[in-house]
Amino acid sequence: MSADVVLASEGGGCHLFSGCGFPAPGAEIFIFDPMFHIGPFEVTKPALVAAATAAIVIAFFWAAFSNAKLVPSRIQGLGEMGYLFVRDQIARPMIGKEGDRFVPYFMTLFFFIWMLNFMAFIPLIQLPVTSRVAFPALFAIVSWAIYMTLTFKRNGLVGGFRNLAVPSGLPGWVYILLTPIELLSNVIIRPFTLTIRLFANMFAGHMLIAVFSIGAWYLVSPSIIGMASATASFTMAIVMSAFELIIQFLQAYIFTMLVASYIGQALEEAH
Amino acid sequence: MSAILAATDSVSGSLGAVGYGLAAIGPGIGVGLIFGNGVQAMARQPEMTNVIRTNMFIGFALTEALALLGFVVPFVFP
Repeated sequence: MSADVVLASEGGGCHLFSGCGFPAPGAEIFIFDPMFHIGPFEVTKPALVAAATAAIVIAFFWAAFSNAKLVPSRIQGLGEMGYLFVRDQIARPMIGKEGDRFVPYFMTLFFFIWMLNFMAFIPLIQLPVTSRVAFPALFAIVSWAIYMTLTFKRNGLVGGFRNLAVPSGLPGWVYILLTPIELLSNVIIRPFTLTIRLFANMFAGHMLIAVFSIGAWYLVSPSIIGMASATASFTMAIVMSAFELIIQFLQAYIFTMLVASYIGQALEEAH
Repeated sequence: MSAILAATDSVSGSLGAVGYGLAAIGPGIGVGLIFGNGVQAMARQPEMTNVIRTNMFIGFALTEALALLGFVVPFVFP
């Protein structure tokens, strides 16, 4: 039984034929009361889970690489698989020869985001932390800052703006239209869509699982149709969980890959 | 436009859900095109699979963002 089912049961034990409507979950399932205070800061469940996730990721890579040997131990082999994936699938194809320099950042992004997403499946936690918009927003802002810094550092002020707003090789009159759009897209819309993509995917996925779990609990009732529907709904919740497992990985991969492609674009020499 | 305004008076229930249905049409077609053509490209040139897959996911991510914007908007503007 997931936490959502427990949540639904706490909400009055609503069932089919017991005279109450379907208690559809809303955005309130992502809102938590502060658990305790540290100074002026209220610590809520997502913050606590994020800190724990960071500790887990750090501990894993510490165990894998603090005492690296030529013949890798089992955990080091696992860590190296992760490293090779990020380097060969993300950094090198997107950035090229210079990509290796940024692999540490991509490793951090990829594994931290993936584990934050994965927290949706840890019993008793069951919350994808990235479904709180602040977390993806922070990743996007940091990545955006790196992207902008590299653009202007590599190309200079004028060249930087040219890199951002003037794609080469087009007939002259197109630039009147294209330059403002490109500038807006690269500087403002990119960090925004990075945030929304990750946030909304996790939000929607968690909501979907919650709807089917609560639906299963709601449909439990003394009737054949009700029980059959409850079974179908619960099966659907499990199928959706499996689907989410893929989405969680994919979103971490896409986020990292897009950041890599932006950085690759920033480092591109002007033609 | 006046037809739409008239419809908002007579339609009951969640307009947000209807709006999201409409918003998902375009990205749905887009994602279908991307994966369809991606798979076709991989079938034609299997040795380029890695490159195609990477670019396919970038295109997918860019298109999907539109559908997700449609999903988030009803929560932002209730």
